[in-house]
Formats: sequence, structure tokens, C-alpha cells
Amino acid sequence: MKKHSILSLSAAAVFSLTALTLTLHPVAAPAAVQNTDPKVTRGAYLVKIMACNDCHTPWTMGPQGPEPDMTRMLSGHPQDMVVQPLKLGKGWEWAGTGTNTAFSGPWGVSFTANLTPDSETGLGKWTEETFIRALRTGRHEGQGRPILPPMPYPMYRQATDEDLSAVFAFLQSIPPVRNRVPQPIDPPESE
Amino acid sequence: MRIRKSITRIAAVLVWAACAMTAIASMEPTDVKAPAAPSRLSETGLYDAEGVIDRRNLPFVPQYPLWTDGAAKMRWIRMPEGATIDVSDVDSWRFPVGTKMWKEFAWGGRKVETRMIWKAAENDWVFATYLWAEDQSDATLAPERGIANVVEIGRGKRHSIPATEDCHACHQSSPSIVLGFNALQLSDDRDPLAPHAEPLPPGALTLRTLTKAGRLYPPRPDLASVPPRIRESDPVARAAIGYLSANCGGCHNDRGPLARLGLVLQHDAAQDGAQSVPAPEPARVTSVDAAGRYSVPGIPVDSSRIVAPGAPDRSALLQRMRSRRPSSQMPPLGTVIPDSEAAELVRRWIESLNATPRDHQ
Repeated sequence: MKKHSILSLSAAAVFSLTALTLTLHPVAAPAAVQNTDPKVTRGAYLVKIMACNDCHTPWTMGPQGPEPDMTRMLSGHPQDMVVQPLKLGKGWEWAGTGTNTAFSGPWGVSFTANLTPDSETGLGKWTEETFIRALRTGRHEGQGRPILPPMPYPMYRQATDEDLSAVFAFLQSIPPVRNRVPQPIDPPESE
Repeated sequence: MRIRKSITRIAAVLVWAACAMTAIASMEPTDVKAPAAPSRLSETGLYDAEGVIDRRNLPFVPQYPLWTDGAAKMRWIRMPEGATIDVSDVDSWRFPVGTKMWKEFAWGGRKVETRMIWKAAENDWVFATYLWAEDQSDATLAPERGIANVVEIGRGKRHSIPATEDCHACHQSSPSIVLGFNALQLSDDRDPLAPHAEPLPPGALTLRTLTKAGRLYPPRPDLASVPPRIRESDPVARAAIGYLSANCGGCHNDRGPLARLGLVLQHDAAQDGAQSVPAPEPARVTSVDAAGRYSVPGIPVDSSRIVAPGAPDRSALLQRMRSRRPSSQMPPLGTVIPDSEAAELVRRWIESLNATPRDHQ
């Protein structure tokens, strides 16, 4: 089948191409960077270099190719975009949507979270303590279900409290976007 | 809009595993502190010189045991001589500095791990767990990150030694750091329908013995004379809500970080006998017919409830109790096998609920 032919690329090559694609276009500086609070400014910088927009901002096709849609900055997987699990081969295979916000793999389907300060659908009611705890433990809300792939929390958990605090300060400063991200979809029982 | 076809494969075998998890999961956070606990269980004070339980360590058995995949458990507490537990907040006992508690886990008659929590200083609790040697002679302190898959406890299911942060996930989310030693759990009015209830061993502490020994301050003789119990007249409802209080209330309470979720499954002993008409259990008030954030898969979102009266299949709480898949299982850690006995109890309770779910008595 045609779609399976894509898999003929080697894993390393695919990863390289993906990484290249996601970094071709510089991410526009978010509005909140204008905030003069040094902590917020530091957080904006960290969010940029930690590539949070690569997955938490939906990607769209722009005039120069795919790019994050900064009108929906860090608002996570669009709530109206319904995604079904893909039937993948055995072993460790996974796939993502063109928005780069939903990922199907052995863990089921994961959706990137709304990181904006919307009080109902984002991090508006989160505390800094909960945010840091989530990244340290790799658990939703710092104590719930595991944060699912491909969120690279094992890397981010190594950040200092000061840096994670700055990231949280920045995330609380950006425009809230009301977007209720779907709950993860479990894999079939047999898996 | 379904966009299944629009999903593009962006990576294949082992990319993510190699790049995001396997290689970096072994990296340690930069600010890990060395554990203050002794390196061997035999050095913690659990045993005396003869290798038997030190007589100063007193056994206790919570009336609603925490489910840990069928483990047989034994528990002990030691408090400094003459010290008392501050029960001025009956739902948040404060233990004297120096308090130690141990819990032993065994499967198939073999000890696997013993956990210890130790109040080393005011506001400083040490969490440690010890992995038993094959010859059962002693147990060694496990690393902070825990140890995965140490022993098979069911077909294809293995028990893991928890990481310290797993301990914190529950023990630091409740009004009291200690979860299994409180007014409801030590009540002498023990629930005969509690799932996996264990008999009290000789010398076991209860509210009556603690009161008699003057270990509670300020004195609360009423806790012995009118022992706390789940405020439900129906035995099934009492047992189901008691189970939820013990197994879920550590996180789902009204004082911890998840209070904002509004789901309170922890019993509030302060309300026992506080009014002439018993206050409804928080679990009933906050779960029955309540819309939660999690929706039962396969049904319309607006028909899913945390507890749907008379409809177990629409009840997210029960579905998540039955799940052991990472994104939906509850509790989210500490168990890999569903508690089928408790799930059946909760199913019966949900099925018994009628159109007037908040009429609790």
C-alpha cells in the first residue's frame, strides 16, 4: 500500500527530517515577550528553545511551508479535530497529525495540552507547584496518569526550579485560549 | 471531522524510544538529595536484636486496606515514649517527631518489600522502601527512582518498587502525610463488608486502645465511645464509600492539590456526629450524577458521569477502577491488577442508586 511505503525511510532519517522540518521556520516572538518582567522574559526564552511550540501550538501550512499557527499559541490539540487511533505495526511505531498535536502509538492516542492560562481548559487554575511537580514526576497534575509520549519530560525534569518557575510565569502571561483538548485514547485492550 | 487519513507518519521504529525515553530516562535530575534512611531494613528499628519485631513497634490494620494487587500486608508504628498524636484536627492527625511506620508487602508467602515513613523532624518526613533479599534475611534500601518489575504477581504482571516521588504523589496530597492511620481507619466500628478486610492481630492499635493509652491529644474519648464510620445506612454504600475513601481519598480530597477538581472521596470524620441529621458523605455529594473531566469512552460525552445513578456503564469512576491502561487507570500508580472485588462492590452501589441520588439515608 502506498501509505506503508513511507516507512521505507530509515528511522534515523525520518527523525532527522522531522526535526529539520520543525525548525525550518523561526517561531514568531510571542506577544508576551514584550512583558518587561525579567522572569517572564526568561520564561519566553526558555519556551522558545525548549521547542514547546513544536507540539503545543498547532501547525498549519503557511506560504513558506508548515509553521506553528501563533494565533493559537500553545493552546494544544484543537478540540474540534477528531483523531482516531491508527492501526500500526507491531513493535514501536507511532505517527502524528499534520498539526503535530496528536500522536498515535502503542500508548493509544495522546494530545498536546493547552498551556495557556484559560481557567477552564488550560493552566489557569494550576499553581506553579503543580506545574513543576508535573514536569518532575512525568505525571499529569503531578500525581495522576503518566504524561504520555512524545512529551520529553525526562529531559525537562532536569531543569532547575528557577527555570521551570520562569516557564510557568511566561505561560501564565500569554493570552488565554479556550480550547478543551480531548482526553487521551487508550490503546486496544489486547495491546 | 475525521482526519484519520490526514495523519502522517512522521517516525518509525525506535525513533522516539531512542531519542526521548530510553536514553534519557536513566538520567537523574540534578538536584537529587541522598536519602537519609538507613541502608538496610534491619537498621531501621523494626526488628530487635533477635530479628523479631521490636515490641515497641505496635501493629495496626486499617479497616479499609489499600489495594496493592493482592499483597498480604503487615503494618507497625512506633512513636517516642509518652508522645501523643495531635488530633485537634481530627481529619489531619499530626504525629510526634520520631514517629516511624512500616508496611510489609508479601506475595505467595514471600516478603517482597517493606516501606517505611519516618518523621525525622517537624515538616520533614523520610520515605524509604526496602527490597527483600532472595533468602529473606534482610532488605536493602531501594534507590529513589524505584525498581521496576521485581517480581511476578499475576500472569504477565509484575510488581515494581515505587520511586520516592510516587510516595509523595499520594502522601503529600492529603491533609495528613500518613494515610492509613486515622480516625476512620482505626475505628472500632469496623465495616464487615470492607473489601480484603484483615483480622486484627493481638495488640493491634485502634481508637479504643489509643484513647485508653492516652496517645491522642487533646483527649477524644468520643472517638472510642462513638467510633467514626461512613455515614451511610445501606451496608453496600457504606463499604463502597469506605473503600473509595481509603483508596482514592489520598488524592481526591478537599485540602490537597486536587481539591480544585471538586471530587472529594475522603471521609470527613469531623462531621461524624456533628449534626443531629448526619451530613452526607462527601463522596456521595461530589460524585453522584456529577460530570467529571473524564468521559467514559464509547458513549455520548454528556451522558458520562463520575457516578451515574443506576448506570455502572456510564460511570467513569467504575470504568477507571477497572482499567489498568496508563491513561485511564485509577489509582494511577501503585497497582497493575484491577481490584475486581472492590469493582463489584462499587458496581452494586452504583446500580442501587436511584433517581434521588443525593438522598443518602
